Parts: sequence; structure tokens; C-alpha cells
Amino acid sequence: MSETAASAERAAAGTRPHDAAANTAPRVIRVQRSRGWVSLKLGDLWAYRELVYFLTWRDVKVRYKQTVLGAAWAILQPLLTMLVFSLFFGKLAKMPSEGVPYPIFTLAALVPWTFFSNGLTQSSNSLVGNANLITKVYFPRLIVPVATILSGAIDFVLAFVVLLAMMAYYQLTPAATIVWLPLFLLLALLASLGTGLWLSAMNVQFRDVRYTVPFLTQFWLFATPIAYPSSLLHEPWRTLFGLNPMVGAVEGFRWALFGTTAAPVAVVAMSFATALVVLVTGALYFRRMERTFADIV
Amino acid sequence: MAHPAIRIEGLGKEYRIGGQPERYRSLRDSVMRTAKVPFQRVASVLRGRSSVLSARTFWALRDVTFDVQPGEVVGIIGRNGAGKSTLLKILSRITEPTVGYADIYGRVGSLLEVGTGFHPELTGRENIYLNGAILGMARAEIDRKFDEIVAFSEIETFIDTMVKHYSSGMYMRLAFAVAAHLEPEILLIDEVLAVGDLEFQRKCLGKMEDVSRLGRTVLFVSHNMSAVTRLCTRAVLLDEGRVVAAGPTPAVVSEYVFKGYGTRAERHWPDETRAPGDETVRLLRVRAHDPAGVVQESFDIRQPIAIEIQYTVMKPGLRFTPCFDVLNDAGVVLFLSQETPDWERIDRPVGTQVATCWIPGNFLAEGTFSIDVALWGFKNPPTGVIEENGVISISVHDPLEGGSVRGRSTNAYPGVLRPMLKWEATA
Repeated sequence: MSETAASAERAAAGTRPHDAAANTAPRVIRVQRSRGWVSLKLGDLWAYRELVYFLTWRDVKVRYKQTVLGAAWAILQPLLTMLVFSLFFGKLAKMPSEGVPYPIFTLAALVPWTFFSNGLTQSSNSLVGNANLITKVYFPRLIVPVATILSGAIDFVLAFVVLLAMMAYYQLTPAATIVWLPLFLLLALLASLGTGLWLSAMNVQFRDVRYTVPFLTQFWLFATPIAYPSSLLHEPWRTLFGLNPMVGAVEGFRWALFGTTAAPVAVVAMSFATALVVLVTGALYFRRMERTFADIV
Repeated sequence: MAHPAIRIEGLGKEYRIGGQPERYRSLRDSVMRTAKVPFQRVASVLRGRSSVLSARTFWALRDVTFDVQPGEVVGIIGRNGAGKSTLLKILSRITEPTVGYADIYGRVGSLLEVGTGFHPELTGRENIYLNGAILGMARAEIDRKFDEIVAFSEIETFIDTMVKHYSSGMYMRLAFAVAAHLEPEILLIDEVLAVGDLEFQRKCLGKMEDVSRLGRTVLFVSHNMSAVTRLCTRAVLLDEGRVVAAGPTPAVVSEYVFKGYGTRAERHWPDETRAPGDETVRLLRVRAHDPAGVVQESFDIRQPIAIEIQYTVMKPGLRFTPCFDVLNDAGVVLFLSQETPDWERIDRPVGTQVATCWIPGNFLAEGTFSIDVALWGFKNPPTGVIEENGVISISVHDPLEGGSVRGRSTNAYPGVLRPMLKWEATA
């Protein structure tokens, strides 16, 4: 017997984390056409969590392979937008900024926004970009956009460090409410993933979806209180504004960092609700379209 | 065993031609159509049906039913487009069947290509982990087998080099090393594994033999009849999406070879009126066979190859010669051979004739060759040529057992021909 065969037998005696149930009775998989709306099969996603990790890791690694450029890009994007906004909205239009220096005010919103919009843009093209995987191997397709969005977390961390540095420069200390920050990051992530699922699944079938994404993010940018405070709006419009899930994320970020305004509970609740609706419907639509991905992509 | 490893029941897959789902569309087109059939359209998009406008369809797979018992190694054979790859894709859960179902008992690993997901910017080490995870290996499993995978790939020194700097041979070796260490209970393998250089093929087949000896269930799609015969206990022959034969490998393989399912080494025109030619002379049959008279697609480089041309002459006094040329896969005509250069002086007798030419062993290089056949000359008196391009094709391989020009060297060997020539040398 060859060396490899012998070791294969050794390995076969070991455990298989992917398939613990195999020790008792063989698992039966029925391969057939799925009909109607299918379940999300989140268990499948969990079983393949290592693949989520590896794909995320791949995306991060590849992006930062030319380290200087990779890191610089993550920082430059929000910083340059901040410069432009500070010049036009802060200096020229004299936009109010809730008692915080305008550059910080807008950067605090741009950091979660960049995470959201990059995640959205990259995930919408993720299935087409990973067509070689999709046509050759089975795994829950949801993994692809999920991993793409998660890989943006590194960019977020870098940009966030810059934000903290800027705050230090302006001699601002983060408020105690900063402990709530992860909640708003989660909101941005859910919103990004929900929209990303819709767009990525549509992009497989309608290849021109990708051309609409830059417009979408641009409109969305101005439909979110990034360059301006949402206090410009009066109730009940201000709360209704929360139907845009990024409103809650951005407002939440500012509140958590500066603590200068009252907690935007209603807006955040509204945003969470929308984000969850978009996410669940997006996931359902995605699962529904999943069956034809390999044939079309 | 109470249950099979795989049970396939009435499996079918329908594709649409021209329309969806094989091709993506532009949203703009859809918007236009949406304007025309608004409600149906929106509903169908949401429901995941691609089009309410019917398109022509074809069944890539139809009524496929068979079982695979645990530990069996089953070969799936058939010509290109017979549905072999579609079947594998359905069993791997990459695409869904349109009708029917398959029950799979156990953990499945499928290898439809090697190196799936390899990223050129990542190092060999990183790609082992990534590719392993994509193929369904757990991280701990990859950790455990890592050294073995590297040893198998024979690229230890380059393991921390980016894969984009690898030669294609190194790339394939690494990719196959990962694939070879996949240990599912049921393994689905496409013939793409059998491409690449000869050494790679041999390694691949050797590993396959190891796998089957371990009692794992294997489904093996291939064109390579000798590999199927060697590895598989049972074979299933597909043609136009249907199972046309299933059973012990030798019987199914000979069905495939002799009934003309797929073998491209033989061509005959059962309907004489549609055969190349006219009312004076027609081609009947062209085939490539070995010295034992067995039609083969794949020849040992050391073996002579017979090109047999059968034709029928219906009018006396015709003057022509059967001839053929051999093209390699780059389309280069390697040579042209005719039965006799003196054909202008010979009246061909009426009746069915057979002309056979022997291409010596150790003459063609390794590779795939296409053969054009002609009955070439002047009819008496008008001129005419009956010519048919790409009538048959054969491949030539070198088994590395010695006795060939290459010998036992596994390096790439150049040349469009590989004649064994006589050398004279001092000492």
C-alpha cells in the first residue's frame, strides 16, 4: 500500500468536524428540485463556517497583499470625502454640526457609511466574481456575499482608528456611550448584507445591476445624514427618516461617540426594523434564485 | 448493506436554448419586457422562473435511474454532450435537477476540476488551506494533512511563493495534491482530472486506484476507456442524456466502442445515399484500429495504427486513389498519404473495396490527431475529388514503460512527430 493510502486510513479514523453525525447513521442528502420559497437553511451556513472564515481571509489577504496601498485605500476613502464635505458643506454652506467640529461630525458618519457602501458594492458583484467556485463546488451560496462583507471589517477598523486619531487631534474624548457602538456597526452590517443579498442575486440574472450600484450608493449617501444633521428635519419626518437603515447607523454612531444629542432610540429602532426586513427578504430571494446560479452565472 | 451509496431515480435536467437560464440578460431587456407583460413578468422574476416567454428546451439528462453500492467504483462514459458532466453537477448539488431525485448516503466530495478557487496572489501554503476549505475539508483536517500534501506535490521549496509565479506543472501538482487528500465517503470525479501532462495523469490514476482500494464509493466520468476498464467495476453508458447501457465495465465499454457511441475512431455511413460521394463512388466506413483489428481511440505510441478506408465503386473505369492526411491539434497537416502514386493508370474495379494504411509505431508524437479522408483523382473522363474533413480522430499516448522515443523521461518532449530514428555513434 502506498504511503498516501496508509495515511488516508489513519485520517479516516480521525474525527470530521464537518460531519459529526456521520459517526452514527449516514446522513442522507436528497438532491431534487426545490419548489416554491425555500427555507434559509441557516444550519448549512453554520456547518460551513470555516469556509466563511477562509473566504473572508482570502479577500482580506488579497486586498492587503500590497500592504501600503490596501491600508491607505481604506483610510483615504473616508478622509478625502470628509475633506470635500468640510469644504463645501462645512465652510461654504455653513452646515450645522450639533456642537462638534464639522470634519469630525462628517467623518463619524463616513466611517460606518464607507463600511456599508463598500460592502454593498463588493457583495453585489460577489457571485459573478466567484463564478468559478459556484460552477464547480457546492456550498451554501449565501457564504459568498457574507464573506465579502465581513472582509470589509478590517477596512472599518483602520478607518475607525483614524477617526479616533482625528478626535484626539480636535481634543475630543469619546463619550461613555461608545460601548453602544458595536450595535450600530451591526446595524450597518445588516443593512449592507440585506441590500447586498438582493443585488448580488439580481446581478447574476441581470448583469447590468452592477452599473446601477454606483448610482444607488451615491443617492443613498445623500439620503443619509452624513453631510448634514438629521436635526434639520422635524418630527415625525425625522423618525420616518429612519426607514433608511443607514440613518439609524449614522445617528447612532454620532450619539455613541459624542453623546451630545439625546439617544436616537426611535430612529434606531425604525432602522433596525427596516434592515431586518431587507435582510430576511433578501435572504429569501437569494435562496430562491440560488438554484439557478450555477446555470446562469 | 441495507442501502446504496447513491440512488438515482428518474433524474432529468432541462435547459433552455437561446433563452434562460443558461444566459444572463440585461436588466434593460427585462424592463422592456416587463412593460409588455407586467404582472407575469414581476411574478416570474420573484418566483425564480426566468421567463414567461417560452424558449426552446432540451433535456441534458433524461430518466436516469441507477444505484451505486457502497465501495463500488462506477465509470460514467459517453460521448461529449451525453450528459455526463450534468449528472455529476447534479449529484454534487451544484445545479438542481428539473425532475427526479438522487439520494446520497454519506459525505460527498466532488472534483470537477483541480485547483478550484486557487488565487494567484496567494502563496502555495495559503492556497492549500483555501482550496481545502472550498473542497469541504475542515481546518483541523488540513492542518493534519498539510505536510503530506506538500510532500505529494513535490514543491516544498516554493510553498511560500505566490502561485502566480508557479509553472503550470507546479500549479497542477499542488492543486492535485490537495484534491488527492480529500477523503469523502463518496467521491465524484470528472475527467478534467485526467488532463495535463502524462505524469500527472498517471499520478491521478494511481491515486484513484488507492482510493478505490480503500473501499470508498467513486463515480468517475471519463473518455479514457483504459482507465475506466482498469478502475471501475461497473460502468454506465449515457447517450443524449439517457442511460443506454449499465453493467460490468467490459460489456459497457465494448458497447460504447463497437456500437459507435462516442468513439471517434470509427465513422460509417449507414445510409449509403447520404455518404460522401456520388452515384459513381462513395465512402462507406473509415476506422482506426490496432494490429489485432480492434477499433481504438487511444493508441500506445509504440503500436502501429491502421487507417482503414472502405468505399464502394459503382461505375467501371474510375481512376482515383484513397488517401488521408493527419492533422495535429494545432491544425498542422503532418503528412498526406495515398494508396498509390500510380493511380492515373489503374482502373478501379466495381464493388466494395478496403484500403488499409499502417502508420508505424514510434512515429506520431503524443497528442490528438484528426484525419481527413479523400478519394482523390480523376474519374474517367471528368475530374472529381471526394473529400471529407475530420472523419475520425485518434489520440496517442506514451505509457513511459520504455521502448518509445521518450523513454522514461517525464519532461515535456517537443516535436509534432516522434519517429524512432537510427543513430550511429562512436563508442
